[in-house]
Amino acid sequence: MITIIDYECGNLGSIQNMIKKIGGASRISSNPEEIANAKKLILPGVGAFDTGIKNLHDKGIWDILNKKVLHEKIPILGICLGMQLMTKSSQEGVLSGLSWIDAETCKFSFEYADKKRKIPNMGWNFIQLKKESVLFLNMYENPRFYFVHSYFVRCYNNQDVLAIAEYGFNYHCAFEKENIFGVQFHPEKSHKYGMKLFENFIAL
Amino acid sequence: MLAKRIIPCLDIKDGKTVKGVNFVDLRDAGDPVELAVEYSKNRADELVFLDITATHEKRKTLADLVRKIAQHINIPFTVGGGITSVEDVETLLQNGADKIAVNSAAVKNPELIHQLAKQFGSQCVVLAVDAKKIENGWKVHLNGGRIATHIDLFEWCKKATSLGAGEILFTSMDHDGTKNGFANEALAQISTMVNIPVIASGGAGNMQHFADVFTIGKADAALAASVFHFGEIKIPELKNFLHQKQIPVRF
Repeated sequence: MITIIDYECGNLGSIQNMIKKIGGASRISSNPEEIANAKKLILPGVGAFDTGIKNLHDKGIWDILNKKVLHEKIPILGICLGMQLMTKSSQEGVLSGLSWIDAETCKFSFEYADKKRKIPNMGWNFIQLKKESVLFLNMYENPRFYFVHSYFVRCYNNQDVLAIAEYGFNYHCAFEKENIFGVQFHPEKSHKYGMKLFENFIAL
Repeated sequence: MLAKRIIPCLDIKDGKTVKGVNFVDLRDAGDPVELAVEYSKNRADELVFLDITATHEKRKTLADLVRKIAQHINIPFTVGGGITSVEDVETLLQNGADKIAVNSAAVKNPELIHQLAKQFGSQCVVLAVDAKKIENGWKVHLNGGRIATHIDLFEWCKKATSLGAGEILFTSMDHDGTKNGFANEALAQISTMVNIPVIASGGAGNMQHFADVFTIGKADAALAASVFHFGEIKIPELKNFLHQKQIPVRF
């Protein structure tokens, strides 16, 4: 059973639909007790950094999350904003992130770039794996994922970088540190590639 | 390199697909859910559903439909048609839409774009704009193209972008239905002017038109209805064609 954390940021139904389709079980919850008993977590999210952080505090799940992830070390997958919340801070806001990963969330800027790119980065893009990962076990060749984001994660510890994508420059589109996984793209919208990723997460 | 997107568009009325749709192996050609699944399997990158249901009462069926679609497809989809308020959008997003498209209501009340972007994020706010070239330039039209305005297409795109629109879906009324190619000149102008993705619509007739709209028209995505519905162009073949022309696409 995977617990999908509902902190009022984003569309959780599509994640649940995809997990159901591949035969997994999940529940959507904002209940601190349910989260405290979870065996595996997904932190989804679409929206603003500070709103996300604030909602985690307001719903009383901030401390529980820290305990589950840092002490019990249960697997957690952050998606899009969920990934960004795991970093220390974001140029989008002023609040402190969960700080599980030594990383910062930055705004795309092409002011000084030769080639201007559009913001948000929206659409399907290749990714390049930087290390082996259980999440990408038996992944189809040349995986493409669906991205929608204006901010990206910059990891300060190279060992944490799981994959990079190119958008004007190479940036870190996935990280993995022990039990903590984060992906900038939306596996729940990424067709068979996303399905495979969820299959691997379920099998953990 | 970001892939160029191919987007079939389905017109919905009272929960059914209208306009002829000619798919083989489908039990009910009018069922938008089945069509959506078929397109999703056939490598469409996204889908757009435009609801042309007139009455408010019947719009409830749209929310139900959106929920069903979301349960069955695993690619992003946009819903548009008659959206006028934050509440409309909230209902559609809660039921599983990834993006919503606003058109006439945004022209009448530009602040709506700002409200939606603030509440739900720019990434899910698509500005749909229908325009036609009149002597002194491209003019925005409302209510499915029935009402002309004096608003300049390019000014409007610029303004909507600054208000927080995350994407522009531009339909050239001069090209729509002609199958003679997209409005590449106007598209390139919009695309260079704004820094958000532009979806081209209106005029797709053959595969070369898609290659042109991505190169000459500088579009980020191309939308079409009948050429896909009638199987005149098959998306896997189109993608092979574009790939050969060195245009990045998703397989």
